[in-house]
Amino acid sequence: MAAGVATWLPFARAAAVGWLPLAKKTMPKPPVDSSSRSDEILYVNVSGVRFQTWKNTLDRYPDTLLGSSEKEFFYNEDTQEYFFDRDPEMFRHILNFYRTGKLHYPRHECIQAFDEELAFYGIVPEIIGDCCMEEYRDRKKENQERLAEDTEANELTDAPLPPHSTPRERLWRAFENPHTSTMALVFYYVTGFFIAVSVIANVVETVPCRPPKGSVKDLPCGQKYELAFFCMDTACVLIFTFEYLMRLFAAPSRCKFMRSVMSVIDVVAIMPYYIGLVMPENEDVSGAFVTLRVFRVFRIFKFSRHSQGLRILGYTLKSCASELGFLLFSLTMAIIIFATVMFYAEKGTKSSSFTSIPASFWYTIVTMTTLGYGDMVPKTIAGKIFGSICSLSGVLVIALPVPVIVSNFSRIYHQNQRADKMRAQQKVRLARIRMAKKGTVNAFFQYKEDRVLGDRDSDCTALCVKNRSAFEHQHHHLLHCLEKTTNHEFTDEMTYSELCMTESVGFRTSRSTSLSSQQGATGCCPRRARRRAAMRLANSTVSVSRGSIQELDTLHIKPTSIPQQTRSSLNAQAGDLKLNCGEHDFTAAIISTPTPPANTPDESLPPSPAPIPGILRNTRATAYTHDTFKISSL
Amino acid sequence: MGAVVGTLTMQPKQRRPSRDKTDEELEMTMVCHRPEGLEQLEAQTNFTKQELQILYRGFKNECPSGVVNEETFKHIYAQFFPHGDASMYAHYLFSAFDTTNNGSIKFKDFVMGLSILLRGTLREKLEWTFHLYDINRDGYISREEMTEIVRAIYDMMGKYTYPALKGDVPQQHVDAFFQKMDKNKDGVVTLEEFIIACQEDETMMRSMQLFENVM
Repeated sequence: MAAGVATWLPFARAAAVGWLPLAKKTMPKPPVDSSSRSDEILYVNVSGVRFQTWKNTLDRYPDTLLGSSEKEFFYNEDTQEYFFDRDPEMFRHILNFYRTGKLHYPRHECIQAFDEELAFYGIVPEIIGDCCMEEYRDRKKENQERLAEDTEANELTDAPLPPHSTPRERLWRAFENPHTSTMALVFYYVTGFFIAVSVIANVVETVPCRPPKGSVKDLPCGQKYELAFFCMDTACVLIFTFEYLMRLFAAPSRCKFMRSVMSVIDVVAIMPYYIGLVMPENEDVSGAFVTLRVFRVFRIFKFSRHSQGLRILGYTLKSCASELGFLLFSLTMAIIIFATVMFYAEKGTKSSSFTSIPASFWYTIVTMTTLGYGDMVPKTIAGKIFGSICSLSGVLVIALPVPVIVSNFSRIYHQNQRADKMRAQQKVRLARIRMAKKGTVNAFFQYKEDRVLGDRDSDCTALCVKNRSAFEHQHHHLLHCLEKTTNHEFTDEMTYSELCMTESVGFRTSRSTSLSSQQGATGCCPRRARRRAAMRLANSTVSVSRGSIQELDTLHIKPTSIPQQTRSSLNAQAGDLKLNCGEHDFTAAIISTPTPPANTPDESLPPSPAPIPGILRNTRATAYTHDTFKISSL
Repeated sequence: MGAVVGTLTMQPKQRRPSRDKTDEELEMTMVCHRPEGLEQLEAQTNFTKQELQILYRGFKNECPSGVVNEETFKHIYAQFFPHGDASMYAHYLFSAFDTTNNGSIKFKDFVMGLSILLRGTLREKLEWTFHLYDINRDGYISREEMTEIVRAIYDMMGKYTYPALKGDVPQQHVDAFFQKMDKNKDGVVTLEEFIIACQEDETMMRSMQLFENVM
């Protein structure tokens, strides 16, 4: 019920007195209204901008944040006001909604920001008034399309294979995304080449060649070199058939695949050949067969798999279906009208080419599209007048739907351009995220070191502690608690990859080891590097809480064979971390691994895989002779 | 010549009514009734200043022009009774509130009516109800008028009721009512008969008390 109606409720209830004489039974007791009747002004402070409103105004919509008791959570006792740390500009619109009952969408605001504000205040976007609903919907649709593209782009490119992918899945992926493997790329280009060959052969077939000896008439090349063309056709069809069958085999959902447009085009492209093989050399039937050969030209549509532009065009036409339909319909109407008129106008003249109304259709079409071949020309004055009207109206009718189609195409094309730009941006973004993650991980190791350090030497810890924020402290403490809970430790991927050198690449069980060597540039305490390695299995819940696990997993543990490199690269990262004093020997925390045995490094560098998980290593700053790895698996 | 003049003069004549209509429309849309002062209303009604303020704010918010016309009134009332058709009863209610009979309720009418219903004496309430039932304001409630009112009330119930409306339930209800109210059996109910009969009705007196604190 509209909120405004709430104002009238007391009135309606009062008017119920009018029913009392007629009532046969006693009225039920009215609900007790315990809230104070007197209205009060509420103060709402939104990021410093103070709004004041009646309590009743906010109470109009009890299922929103401001109208319900939820706002009590934001009440500030000291200043006696409700404080919201949100955008005051947006809040103005929200408050106006309470006042007037109509929610307006500010056109200069970002649609997502607006949606977020609405979600925060518990207002459903459907309440937006008619004046702004159109704009809101358009912007929202545009935004969603954009987001959908982005996710699509993300999914398509560089998505890692699931570890246990069957050959079928791999094949399908190779078909859909030729850039993933060389074989797929080769196949992609080969099919493209053969499509081109097939289309050119179709075209050249009909060109008249010099006639063979003993004949006068020019023969089309197709007949002269019949065998050659037949062989070429066979080769192409074989390739296409093979490709189609492979796709059919690899498709995750065969029914869906068979119904898709591309598969239909594939079938149509190869069917004529097979039908021709099967067909007997009968004169009547082969006439029909010849028409079938026309369908061979559909092979050119197979290029749409290879060309983004073609796909855009096809998509545009699909999305403008209604405009195209309208164009067609209006043209048909106009054609029929003018054809009839011209026929009757020219009926009297002898040797008129307007022999019937369908015959006049041709004249009308040619005139309306301003082609004007001149094979049919009106001779009477009336005919000429109507003819000119026809050509004038033709220009109008055709010009009307065209801008709509053009703007659609432009919009889709730009979206595509944007998708490509997005992809490039994503790569940069991912790289940045990766770096940030490494930073966090290293910070955590630093924290652990310092804790140990703190047990022995308080000065160093004091220094270390100062450099970190409260948030980081608590975050690290949390990770530490997790480690204690599971009795495992975090390490980074490089150490881990050292340890699993013999593991297969494609395994998603992201056991990662990490090496953290800390080397401080300056420091008062004697330094030492300590390396720890831990293994994480696939289902590890937390490695770094920031970023997604997915992200780390996609970083794809690649086993490196040169630990030297690892070490040095680690050293390069850990520029500002401090070293520990003293030496630590940790006993291994051993856990049975459900997965194939983890490889652990040896006592000596370079670490070589050993079957026992859980060996700890320590290193000293100067020598790096003695590495201790603590490996734990989850 | 006369014909020419006639045709020439025809046009302005035709134009004038439309001009009047637009003027009227303009007046209607620009009309903005302001109620009398707060003190006067406070004196005339049984509401306190605060209550009047609250009422007016709500009223003004809903109807910035300061008047409610019948269409709006029906629309509002229909929102309270979505099951059935509240338009007839809303019409009678509107007439009851519209004491000046000019087709629109101003804030003063609104607040006076509410004052009677919520804060009035028993007699005042009963008088108000009598005026509601007395559609043609002739001082008597006839059977036809009562039937109209009862039908309008039953219309608000809608089609789906339990127990289902069978037979001519409104008519029976009216008969029962007249049985109770019409003391001298003359076919109409006067104000005095009405008031006396209501005061004798226990059920009704109890219900009246429940409505004391609606506002």
